[in-house]
Amino acid sequence: MYRALVGIGMLCGLLIVFVFAGTRPVIEANRAAALERAVFAVLPEATARLTFALTPAGGFAPAADAAGERIHAGFDQAGSLVGVAIEARGMGYADTISLLYGYAPERDAIVGMQVLTSKETPGLGNKIETDPGFLANFDALDVRLDDSGTSLLNPIETVKKGKKTEPWQIDGITGATVSSKAIGNILAASSSRWVPLITQRRADLDAGDIDEGS
Amino acid sequence: MKDLDTTPPTPTDEFIKGLWRENPVFVQVLGMCPVLAVTNSAVNAVAMGLATTFVMLMSNIFVSSLRHFIPKQVRIATYILIIATFVTIVDYAIEAISLDLHKALGAFISLIVVNCLILGRAEAFASKHGVGYAALDGLGMGVGFTLALLCLGGVREILGNGSLFGVALFPAGFEPWVVMILPGGGFFTLAAWLLLINHLKRRRESAAAGMQEALR
Amino acid sequence: MNEESLWSIFVNAALVNNFVLAYFLGICPFLGVSAKMATATRMGGAVVFVMLVSSVCAYAIHHLLVAIGAEFLQLIAFIVVIASTVQLVEMFIKKMSPALFRALGIFLPLITTNCAILGLALFQTNKGYDFGQAIVYALGAGIGFTLALVLMAGIREKLEFATVPDVVQGTAIALIVAGILSLTFMGFAGLGA
Repeated sequence: MYRALVGIGMLCGLLIVFVFAGTRPVIEANRAAALERAVFAVLPEATARLTFALTPAGGFAPAADAAGERIHAGFDQAGSLVGVAIEARGMGYADTISLLYGYAPERDAIVGMQVLTSKETPGLGNKIETDPGFLANFDALDVRLDDSGTSLLNPIETVKKGKKTEPWQIDGITGATVSSKAIGNILAASSSRWVPLITQRRADLDAGDIDEGS
Repeated sequence: MKDLDTTPPTPTDEFIKGLWRENPVFVQVLGMCPVLAVTNSAVNAVAMGLATTFVMLMSNIFVSSLRHFIPKQVRIATYILIIATFVTIVDYAIEAISLDLHKALGAFISLIVVNCLILGRAEAFASKHGVGYAALDGLGMGVGFTLALLCLGGVREILGNGSLFGVALFPAGFEPWVVMILPGGGFFTLAAWLLLINHLKRRRESAAAGMQEALR
Repeated sequence: MNEESLWSIFVNAALVNNFVLAYFLGICPFLGVSAKMATATRMGGAVVFVMLVSSVCAYAIHHLLVAIGAEFLQLIAFIVVIASTVQLVEMFIKKMSPALFRALGIFLPLITTNCAILGLALFQTNKGYDFGQAIVYALGAGIGFTLALVLMAGIREKLEFATVPDVVQGTAIALIVAGILSLTFMGFAGLGA
C-alpha cells in the first residue's frame, strides 16, 4: 500500500518541480517588467533604472551586490539622478495598500505615486487609484527637510477635499476618506524615514553605474 | 418519461449533464466559496472557472487511470494529493500568463484544492469509470461550473460596475449599484439565480404533472 | 514583517474582514450547519481549535520550506497537515470526551474541506505574520467564524416559524440572510485601524 502512495507522491512531486522550473523565468521577467513600468510612471523624467539596497551600515549599494530593503533610482539620458522610487505599504480601509512613489531630491518633492495593490471598496475607496484630481496631488508634494536634516519640515497630511492650502497637503476624496487618509499616512511614514536617509547618502546613489543594470 | 429511459449514457450525455441537469453550482450547490469570492467581475469569474475546469479534468484523468493502484484506505488522501498537485501547477501557470489576473484571484486559486466539487467527482465518478468517461465528466462539470460563475460574475459586474468584461455598457452618468460588487451582493445574486431556477423547475414539474393528469 | 498591532489583527479577522461574510470562506459548513444553534456553537468551537493548531503548523511548515528552498510544495504540505490535524483532533476528542465526539458527529471530518482553514494558512503566509500575529489571527478568524455561524443559526431558527415563500425556501433564503449579515458587518470597517 505504501509503495503505491510513495509512487504517486513522487510522480506528483516531479510534475510540480517541472512546471515550477518552466514558469520561474517567465514569472521573474513579468515581475521585472511590471516594476520597470511602475518606476518610470512615478519618475516621469527617468529613462534608466538601477536598484539599490540599504546595507546594514546605513549606506546604499547596488542591489546586485547587497541584500537589504530596496529602492529604485531613476536616471535621465545624461546619467544624473532624477529621483528615487520607493515602495511603501500600510493599512487601508479594507486591507493593506501597497504603493510606489517617486521622490525627486532636486525638487524636494514627491513627483509621482502609483498604487500597486489595494483591496479598497470598488467604486468608492478604489478611486485612489484612478481619480485624476486625487492623483494630481502627487505631482509636486512637498517633502522638504528641516534644518537638522533628520525629519520632514512639514509632515504630509490628508485634508478634506478642496481644503488644500499648503504644498505638503493631500486633497482627499469625498466618500473615500479612510482610503485617502491611508495614502497620506503611508507616504508620511515612509518619506519621514527615507528622505533624510537619501539626502545624507546621496553620493552612494550618484555613484551608481547604470551600465551594470539590475 | 425519464424513468423509462434505461439506455446507457452516451459520451455526449456525460458531458452535457454537468451543464444543466447536474450543474455543480445551481443544482448540487457545491464549491460555493470561489463562486461568491471571485465573481465580482466577469473576467475573474471565467478565469477561475477555467482554472477549476483544468484541475478537474486533469485530476479526473489521473484518478481514473490510477484507480487500480490507489489503495482504498487512503484514497481520499491520494485524491487530495493529486488535486493539490494540479492546483499548484495552475497557480504557477496563471502567474506566468498574467500577473494582474494572478493578483486579482489571489489565494483563491490555491483554494481550488478544497473545492468539494473536485473531490466529490473524483470519489463519485472518476474512481469508478474509465479514463475517457472520467475526462468527459470532469470537462462537463467544469464547463457547467464556469457557466454558472459567468452568470454570477456577469450580473454582478453589469449592475455593480456598469461594464462587462471591462467594456463599459452604460454612458458615464450611470451610477452603479455598488453593493453588487461587495460580498453582500454575491450572496444576493446567487440567491436570485437559485430562486429563478427553483421557479422554472416547479413550473416544469407542475406542467408535467398536469400533462400526466390529462393523459389518464 | 508585518507591522499591524495584535489588536488590529484580531478585530480585522473577527469583524471587519470576517472569514465567512467578507471572504466567503467556509460557506459549505456555514450553510449546512447553521440551522440549529446547538450544532452551530459546537462546530464553531471545533473550528477555532483546528484553526489555532493549523496556524501554528502552517507557520512552521512555511519557514521550513523556505529554509530548504521548496516553496512549491507549500500547498500540498498545508493540505496534508490540515487533514492530519483534523484526524488527530478527532481521535483526541474521542478519547477525552466521547459525549462531545458523538455530539459533533459528522461535522469534524467536514472541517478538512472547510476552505476557511486552508484560507487562514494561505492568508497568514501571504501577509508575512510572525508567530504571535499568526496565533492572534487564527483566534480572530475562528471567533469571527463562530460569531457568523451563531448569528445565522439564531436567525434561521426564528425563520422556521415565519411564512417563507415556497420558491425561496432552503438555500436561497439562507443566502439572502447571509447577504444582509454581510452588509451589516461592513459597518465594522475602520475599527481596527
